[in-house]
Amino acid sequence: MIALTIDGKEIEVETGRTLLEAARENGIHIPTLCYHEALKPYGGCRMCVVELETPRGPRVVASCTYPVEDGAVVHTETDQIGQLRKVAAQLLMARAGHTPFIQELAASVGVDSTPYTLPTDSCVLCSRCVRACQEIVGIGAISMANRGSDRVVAPPFSISSADCIECATCVQVCPTDAITLKLITDRNRTVHVWPSEFARGACRLCEYHADEWMDVGAQEQTVHG
Amino acid sequence: MATTGQERIIQPRVSDIRKILDKQSNGASSLLAVLEDIQHQYRFLPRDALIMVSERIPVPLSRVYSVATFYNAFSLKPRGRHCFQVCTGTACHVRGATLVINRLETLLGIETGETSDDLEYTLETVNCLGACALGPIVVTEQGYDGMMTISKVDKLMRRVHSLGSENADAGKPAQVDAAATDTAPPA
Ligand code: SF4
Ligand code: FES
Ligand code: FES
Repeated sequence: MIALTIDGKEIEVETGRTLLEAARENGIHIPTLCYHEALKPYGGCRMCVVELETPRGPRVVASCTYPVEDGAVVHTETDQIGQLRKVAAQLLMARAGHTPFIQELAASVGVDSTPYTLPTDSCVLCSRCVRACQEIVGIGAISMANRGSDRVVAPPFSISSADCIECATCVQVCPTDAITLKLITDRNRTVHVWPSEFARGACRLCEYHADEWMDVGAQEQTVHG
Repeated sequence: MATTGQERIIQPRVSDIRKILDKQSNGASSLLAVLEDIQHQYRFLPRDALIMVSERIPVPLSRVYSVATFYNAFSLKPRGRHCFQVCTGTACHVRGATLVINRLETLLGIETGETSDDLEYTLETVNCLGACALGPIVVTEQGYDGMMTISKVDKLMRRVHSLGSENADAGKPAQVDAAATDTAPPA
């Protein structure tokens, strides 16, 4: 067991836990975006930052990836932390301010508008879908492609992946509904709107008609429907 | 339109890719090394080659694609035998990189970021190369050329062009071999 202090509260947790888990288990709230209970920590969104006391002064760390240490003293609500979370939330608002999840997350750290302008996109690149496909499903049909401002979630070559088993786990974990089930009606059984180079035929077992699926939206380049 | 040689560049031979894969250990960590070898041999990463890579080493195709699209050193589109890279960093831009680019676009008949149909030339822009005092800079397999002007671009073009025709004299298939076996890395 490891003993540490979070927001003045003395806490005991098992070795190998992260600061975020230690806090949550003890009823201390830390906002998160890319963190998901079922996935390995990713450390991509920086909403979960906390302040760690060190001999050389306070240090800002991402609580979702930082392992608990004996005697650690952690503060989750300082002015600096509040400021950092606000900027992260403002940037998220600039990109995906139209999604309820981001609005709520931003509101929880006191942000309701943004001074920044970014191209609007429901996907906030949290990589939950990519990690879920790899870690939970074990398939890895999609990944992050390109870099910098061109970064997108995409299947290889932006063509519907033959590896996808259409389990919709990505839909399940996406916080902003950037990957939706909307396109799946009773006959259109695929969650992805990526164009495919293969013509799909009607299935002889079920009533799945590919041409109709094609009409629904086979033009989009990335996951965003 | 395309000659046999060009097709062979664009369509990788299974045996060639196998050779590259055989050289490496085939663990997941050999991914970058394999991609580098393929890029070196074909001057780009053919899609079929990436699929073969993912079948051989324990990395999903999506991950291979992710890595291939992340690094600037890799290209998913065929690239020309001669590559012109024009620096468009702030200093070079101020010193007239745009004129240099326009001239190259006119001479090569392609836009920035494109490759000529005969797979001879590629025109690209790069960010600051750290030699701002020499701007505008153009990088080719001939090395770095600084203080570029339109007339110097024309001269450089002639030099690079003469390189190309030497190879062409040896016939098309030889070109492919030259490209495949050329191990001397450009500056
Ligand atoms: S599609 Fe959704 S889950 Fe995937 S990276 Fe974008 S926001 Fe995250
Ligand atoms: S939740 Fe920790 S960085 Fe996203
Ligand atoms: S801007 Fe071109 S070398 Fe620095």
